[in-house]
Order: sequence, then structure tokens, then C-alpha cells
Amino acid sequence: MTKNLRVKTSKYIDETYKISFKFNGTTYYGYKGDTLASALLANNIHLVGRSFKYHRPRGIMTAGSEEPNAIVQLHKNSSRTEPNVRATEIEIYEGLEASSQNCWPSVNFDIGGINNFLSPILPAGFYYKTFMWPASFWEKYEYFIRKSAGLGKSPTEPDPDIYEHKYVHCDVLVIGAGISGIIAAKTSAKSGFKTLLVDEKPYLGGSTIYQNSEHFKINNQISSSWLDKEINEIKKIKNLEVKTRTSVSAFHGYNFLLARENLTDHLPLNQRNNKIRHRLLKIRSKKVINATGSLERPLIFDNNDRPGILLSSAIEKYANLYGVACGEKNVLFTNNDSAYETVISLNQKGINVEAIIDNREEIDSKLIKEAENNNIKIYKGYTVVNTSGYKRVNQVSIMQLSKDGQKVIGTKKSIDCDCLGISGGWTPAVHLFTQSGGKLKFRDEDQVFIPNIYPSDQISIGSCNGEFTLDEILTTTPKTLKEFLNLKKTDYEDLEIQSSFNKSKRNIWLLPSDKIIGKTKPFVDYQNDATAKDIKLALREGFRSIEHVKRYTTTGMGTDQGKLGNMHALGIISETAGTKMGESGTTTFRPPYTPLTFGTIVGRNVGEYFDTFRKTPIHEWHVENKAEFENVGQWKRAWYYPKDGENMHDAVQRESKAARDSAGILDASTLGKIDIQGTDASEFLNRVYTNAWSKLAVGKCRYGLMLNEDGMVYDDGVTTRLGENHYIMTTTTGGAATVLGKLEDYLQTEWPELDVYLTSVTDHYATVSVCGPNSKKIVSQVIPDLDFSDGSFPHMSFKNTKIGKIKCRVMRISFTGEHSYEINIQANYGKSVWEKCMEVGKEFNITPYGTETMHLLRAEKGFIIVGQDTDATMTPIDLQMDWIVSKKKYDFIGKRSLYRSDTIKEDRKQLVGLLTEDPKEVLEEGAQIVADIKSPIEMLGHVTSSYYSPNLKKSIALGVVRGGKNMMGQKLIIPMENKKINVIVADPVFLDKENKRLNA
Amino acid sequence: MFVINCPYCGEREQSEFKAGGEAHIVRPKQPTELSDDEWAEYLFMRKNIKGIQFERWVHAHGCRKWFNLVRDTSNDVIKAVYKMGEKPPTK
Repeated sequence: MTKNLRVKTSKYIDETYKISFKFNGTTYYGYKGDTLASALLANNIHLVGRSFKYHRPRGIMTAGSEEPNAIVQLHKNSSRTEPNVRATEIEIYEGLEASSQNCWPSVNFDIGGINNFLSPILPAGFYYKTFMWPASFWEKYEYFIRKSAGLGKSPTEPDPDIYEHKYVHCDVLVIGAGISGIIAAKTSAKSGFKTLLVDEKPYLGGSTIYQNSEHFKINNQISSSWLDKEINEIKKIKNLEVKTRTSVSAFHGYNFLLARENLTDHLPLNQRNNKIRHRLLKIRSKKVINATGSLERPLIFDNNDRPGILLSSAIEKYANLYGVACGEKNVLFTNNDSAYETVISLNQKGINVEAIIDNREEIDSKLIKEAENNNIKIYKGYTVVNTSGYKRVNQVSIMQLSKDGQKVIGTKKSIDCDCLGISGGWTPAVHLFTQSGGKLKFRDEDQVFIPNIYPSDQISIGSCNGEFTLDEILTTTPKTLKEFLNLKKTDYEDLEIQSSFNKSKRNIWLLPSDKIIGKTKPFVDYQNDATAKDIKLALREGFRSIEHVKRYTTTGMGTDQGKLGNMHALGIISETAGTKMGESGTTTFRPPYTPLTFGTIVGRNVGEYFDTFRKTPIHEWHVENKAEFENVGQWKRAWYYPKDGENMHDAVQRESKAARDSAGILDASTLGKIDIQGTDASEFLNRVYTNAWSKLAVGKCRYGLMLNEDGMVYDDGVTTRLGENHYIMTTTTGGAATVLGKLEDYLQTEWPELDVYLTSVTDHYATVSVCGPNSKKIVSQVIPDLDFSDGSFPHMSFKNTKIGKIKCRVMRISFTGEHSYEINIQANYGKSVWEKCMEVGKEFNITPYGTETMHLLRAEKGFIIVGQDTDATMTPIDLQMDWIVSKKKYDFIGKRSLYRSDTIKEDRKQLVGLLTEDPKEVLEEGAQIVADIKSPIEMLGHVTSSYYSPNLKKSIALGVVRGGKNMMGQKLIIPMENKKINVIVADPVFLDKENKRLNA
Repeated sequence: MFVINCPYCGEREQSEFKAGGEAHIVRPKQPTELSDDEWAEYLFMRKNIKGIQFERWVHAHGCRKWFNLVRDTSNDVIKAVYKMGEKPPTK
């Protein structure tokens, strides 16, 4: 196993820079430039993991981001651990530790491997079929299924790395730096466009850059040398930015793309501190050039998944780019000329090729001749029918294909090997194009989907556009660019191209076998262990839609999104169902193209920035005084202030009692405040509130209720007339922004003739509310110059005044039913005013109270809270607030809806008070209300607010009950899990119905 | 994500805007004189077109101005943008 398979040096591998890394606990060596996959292969290791369902041994299949099998867990048990990392993408660094996934106790001996032998009873849909009965057993099944499912392990500690997001704007974005991408980027940048070129790999040049054969030449130079010069030139162009290790994840409408730039994953861990790991680029590009290349297709035959079976192009890349031989006895199996390029490369490097199996019978090209000249045995018109070797392929069995390619004939031959390269032709990488909304068309002659209709200003060039040969790419690309970028000329008009590739291909989606399909395992989706057999079964069971077959068989649903096998799945479906390929479309490609870490997605929005909150100018005081906080919209509001180990109930009881007995103080700064000015301000308020505003005198306040056009209560609050044409409106804390938005909407779109200006001033003022029988004594000490006599300063009025030199507004308004004042002062003085109130209030036992006590106090008075006692189905009439709906006004928002046939029904849910038979019994908010417990139980409504009132010494509640208005005094039932609670319908105003306390 | 050409501010990201439903539905001047059916027509009935649709948008995180735009809902191409009160483009 410790053989060294490093062959001739490659200029991409720095053999003077040796790197040690660990795989499954054993130390190995590789060189700078290696990926984990190339380094493992150099150490003759193919077996990397176990498959998802059958736990079959699996090896490295590809050399890129499409890898389905070789996915590993990095740095197990550390905070930097990451599952499902493709060994073919991760570059090795000193100290890298990788381990196999989905195997126990080890990748070499995996208990789950028994599933492989159980596979006849694990068909597609096995879970759906088996774990359905009995339904109550699901929870038991689930435990075991969850345990055995899933690939890697997610980290359990916080991610120590830093991530960020960046907006990028450019004229032209080129995705992919293969030969066509390089040409496009250079042409675009040289023509003056601000250009960005991105590629997921650490180097530029795609697959051409390691192409060493004399068969492919440009201007009489080997294509890689020609491209090398081009790459050197683009580095000098000013308005071209090049980003390697940058993978485009998503291509959205309007040329908005997301790309992940990988900055540190190739560095040793000790060099990563304080560096940004990934940067998510949010790219907005005027034009996009897709040069995403193509992916080689595997071939589908029995046991095509063994370690040692790789894509032919991957074998070529490992030899040419990394200088690594994937085996010593190589066999290639192909349906097109690509495998011969591999053979020629291997020959150049002195790597032995045993045989080529080509399913085409009549073939002729320069590439094939060269292979023949090198005395490599070519089996023409043959197919592989089986392979053997449990943890590494050691033999392939081949048979001759019938003329129609439907069956195998003749006798079976066996060829020994330790590596099998397969090539089923190429699939254009159209994932990003289709994500953007692009429509594909199917090209019959070589069975590929290619871009057809573009939804935005973008174009596809090179092999992602179905141009697979060097001469095609180099003749088409300059023409396409000229048209797309509106150029007169490019630098690539008269290239002399030599390309020996013959395009013939014999496409057979599922190769025939000498065995019946039920006895074979031809894998289509390697990562999810879906075979051609499963797809055929799904069709037999009646599935027709490709999207349904996909979900039933899980084909294409792994982390690789079936990049290799999706086309074969489509092909097998259309063959089996007898439909024409291309007619049923493809499955939907969804972002991200390759998996993203959560860190990349959230960027800097972690910890305290994950969900930012608003705090009032008095917030720090609440913190210092040990308040518990409640989230209200984005605000943190003081909820209650526990003293000496009090629980919430005890604190709220104490606070509520103090507010009614002497004095309470509340931070009301979060209430929305909208400044309304203009000659039509009064008329505007008339139209948006249900009650009348024209006659409100300057200096007075009024409570208003705002409806939606459908008549349902939307918001409420007190509005004060500051001047003839000047009001300040307060809204609920959570409703401030939406109320302003709604008012602006009406002003701008329905009533543009009104002279009204709206300004949000919520953050400009701090609001300190002091209530209780002693409130006047306290506030008059804070503002000694102001006349607080009831005559001069009655309930529902306001005064402009000063505290020291600072202007403030004092409103005498009340949400508790107590005599109370609200001081509104420039926000940065809020805390000092609060502290002043606390200081002078000491002798009156002034008690700070939070939102919970506020809710309790207002419930005692039967005041509603919009959003708690209402939802979007309550009219003011339902709330028994008929008094606030003007009968005289001709119109206001929602008026017409108040007498629609539905809103005038008598049996609508209506707000009522609820008193429990046992005054100590406190109802649960949200509990159902019924009249009778006979089945079927009719639900009449539910409890909306419920408290134990320390002032009334009994339990009180508000609720909505169908037809509740006419049920005063009636007995209803609240059914709970293990008891029934009897309640009496009551007036929602429980305390001081005559409002005597307001002037006490 | 769209780029919307606010008639007051110019091109901005869609995330700065909010959609406000179908355009050119005028609030009746005399709602009280409408029958339930007529009022319901104004209140509830909205088109859901595949193709050219006239929509209200507001530059919520910008100038806070409402305006109209014409969008092809089948491919999200914005055909025109115009201010409130202006006549919709005819072609």
C-alpha cells in the first residue's frame, strides 16, 4: 500500500516542498500543489470512503468538484471540523487531518457493509415502503434511521473562523478560466470592459493547461504552451481582476451571482488565525460569460463503482498535472475519442496501459492510430459487463456488443487491471445557466443539453455550450465574443489550429449485461447509491415525471447533486418509458453549485450581530437594575424587575400593586412616534382614524383606532395636537414602521392632494411614564415651574415645558387607568430624567415596572393590546368599542367594511371579560373556550389575556367569544388537559369603570 | 434579484424596495354608496397574470416614494417604471 506512484515531475507540483498529512490516522507525504486526492493516489490509496446506503467501498472517481465518492471529514473532533469535503478539491497543507466518513469501525472493515448483501431487500423507496407500518412505530424507526443516515458529522463547537460578504460590480463576469474563459476575459478587458474572471481551481487554464500532446496545436505550438503565454499576458491587463479558488454558487436573475472565494483553506491551521476564511462575493455584472466547461460522463455497467475506477479524464489530469499514476495496470473503457488522449498522456509518462475497450466498432482517428502504434490492444465493439475486486478493482470482464447495442454476444474475456478509466463523453456544465432561468435544448447527435434561450445579458462559450473540440472552441468563441461584446475584431481571428479529435460517439445509457438487470448493480448516482435497477423499478411502479423519479430513487440528491449521473438517469427513464430524450426536460439545478459552509452564508452576522436589537436611551439603567428583558419587535423592553430572588409572578404582583397604591414608572420610549405636519393634517387624521379629529383643540390628546380597509383593527395610540397644523401620533411598539408605511401609501397614492408631511421621530425622544396616585407629586418636583392643577393641566392634555434648559413635552395620558404623566424629552436626556424621577419618587416608593405589569394594569381596565387581544379578524364593534367609531364622518379607512354582510353578523367573535368561578384560578392565554363538552365540541373562542390581579385580588381575563356580547353573566367552560375551568362572561372593564382614578 | 430603476433615485437593488400589489386600483371616492359586491371587488379582487403586469412598488429603504412598474411575470423583465399619477405606458 505504501508504493510511490509519483511519475515524471509536473511543473504544478513543487517536489522541493514536502508536506505531511494524516489520513485515517496514518501519516503520508505529498507535495505543494497536491490535492488530498492526488496525494493519496501517489501513495497508492484509492479506498477513501463507504457509500451511503450499501456501505460499499468507494474510491476517488474524479479530479474536480463533481466528485461523488471521495468526500472526507477534516480535523475530526475539532472546532474546525468540516464534513463532506471533496478530497479532489482540498489542497494539502502541513498538518491536514482527514478521515473517511460513513464507516464504522473503519473504512477497511465497515459493519454497515452488510447492507451490500442485504441489497436485494433494500430497493428504491425501501424506507417509504417499510417504515410506514405501524405508523406509531415511526419514532422508534427514526432513531435508528437517523443514526445510520447522513454522511459526515457536523461540528459541535462554535466556528473559530471569520467570514465576510462583499459586493462586486463589473461590466463582464467570466465564469471559468479554461481556454475559452481566458480568451473571453482577455478580449473583454482589452476592449475596455471592467472584467472579473473567476475559477474554482487554484490555477488558471482549465484542462488545456496540462495538455501535452502534439495532436493539439495552436499556431504551431502545443496548446498548453500557447495558453500559458495568454495567461501570462492577462496578468498585465489593468481592468481585469482574476480570482482563483472562487466558485460561483448561484446565478440569479438580473445577472446577480453569488461566489465563494476561498482564502485560507489551503493554509496550515496555524497560519489562518485572524484571516478571513471565505468571502461571499455578491456580484452584479452587466454581462456574464459562462465558460464553465463540461463534465466527463461515466459509463453505466455492473459494479462500475469499485475503488480504482475513475473517469478517464481524471486519470489524465492526475498524470499530467499532478504527476501521479492512478495504477500500474491501466485499462480504459470508452465510447468516444477522449480516452485515447488519456492513453497518449499515460504513454508519454511511461505509465502502462493494458488495453482499451471501445464500444464503437468502426473507428478511425489519429489518436486511435497512435494508440495502436504503441501496441496497445484495442477491443473494438466491446463493453465491460462486470468488474471484480472488493476494495480495489482487480479485473474487468468484457463481451462483444450486438450490432444494435442492446445485448452482449460471444464469450466473456477477463483482463487484469488495478485501474479502470471510463469515458462516456461529455456533459456541458449548464448548471449556472439554468439556475439563472435559461432554457436548454437537446442535441440529438451527441445526446447533450445545451443552452438555448438566455434570460439575461449572458452567453455561453466553449464546452459548456457543447463545443467539445479545440478547433470548434477556437473558431466559435471569437465570433460569439465579437457579437456579444459588440466588437469589430478580436485577437483570435486567424489562428492555425490542429485538432485530431474525432467526434464519433456511441451513446448507450445503460450498457447491456449477460446477467438480468435484477442481478446487477450498475450505479447511476454513486453518492446516493441509486442504480439503473432502482430507476427502472420506479418506472414500473408508475412514476413518470423525472422530478418524481429523482425523489423516489434519490438520484441526484446528494451533496454532488448528481453531477455525474443525472444524464444517464434521464436517458434510462426515456429509454424505459419509450419517450424521446429531451422531451421530459431535466431536473431542476439549484444553488449552490458546490456546498457552502454556514459561515460563508452568514458572514459577519454572527453572535450579537445575528439579530441586532434596538435599545432605549434608558436601557443601561434597566440593565444595572437587573431587569429581565422581553423582545418586542426589534426592541429589548424591560419585562419586570425581580428583587431579592423574586420570580416573575411575585415581581409583577409587587409592581402592579405599587403602581395603583402610590407610583410606578415605565420606560415607554419604544412606542412609535410619527410627527405629522401640514395644512391638511386634521383632515388626514380624520381619514385614517375611526373617530373625529377636526374639533380636537390645540394642546389636547386623543386616543385613536386605525383600521385596515377591510375594517379590521390595525393599530392604536394617542395622538396629540401640538399646533394648528402639527400633531404627534404614537403607535404600538411593533407597528411603528408599518403604520408609517401605510400612511405614506395613502398620502402618496390615494390622497396626493393633501398637504401633509410625515416624519418618524421614534428614536428622537425618550418617554418616561409616571403613574399612580402620587404621580403628580413626583412629576411636579421634577418640573417645578409647571402648573399641574387639574384645571390648567387636565387629563388628555399636553404642555410644552423645560426641565432645566432642556425642552420637553409632557402629556397627561394614561394606559393604566391611573393619574399619570408622560415626559417626552430629547433622547439623550432620557436616562437623567428617569433617574431624577426615581430620586424624587423615593419617598413615594416609586416602583419601576416592565411590560408585564403594564399589560396587567391595562387588562384591569379592559384596554386592548393590538396584536394580543386582536388579530386581523377583529373590528372595533367586535371589541365593543363602538364608541370610537364616528357615525358622522363620511369616510375613513375601513368604514365601508364595517357593514359588509360578514362584519355585521351577530355571532362574530367578540371581546369579553372572563371571571373564573374560583378567583385564584388563572387561565392560560390561548386556551379554548366552549359552552359544552359534548362531542363534537364547538369552539367558541379563546382566552387572549389573563392575569391574577393583586388590586382586585382575583383572576381576570379577556377573551374572544362567538356572540360574546350577548352572553353577559353566562357560564362557559375552559377545557384543560386534566380539568375543566368554569368561567363567567363579564364586562371587560374590571376596575374603576367610572374613571375616578384618572383624576385622583 | 431585480435591479429597479426608482424614478426618483435611479437603479437600486430589489432589497431596498417593497412590492405593493396590483397598480391602478383606485380607492372609490364614495365607498358608502357601493354595494357589498362592488366594495368587495375593490377590496379583494386582484389579477394574477402570467405576462405583463402593472405593479405598485415603494422605495422603502430609500426615498420612501411609491411608484408603478410594468413587469413581465413570466421572466421578471421590468418593461417600464413611472411615477404615481402618470399614465401607464401603452406599449
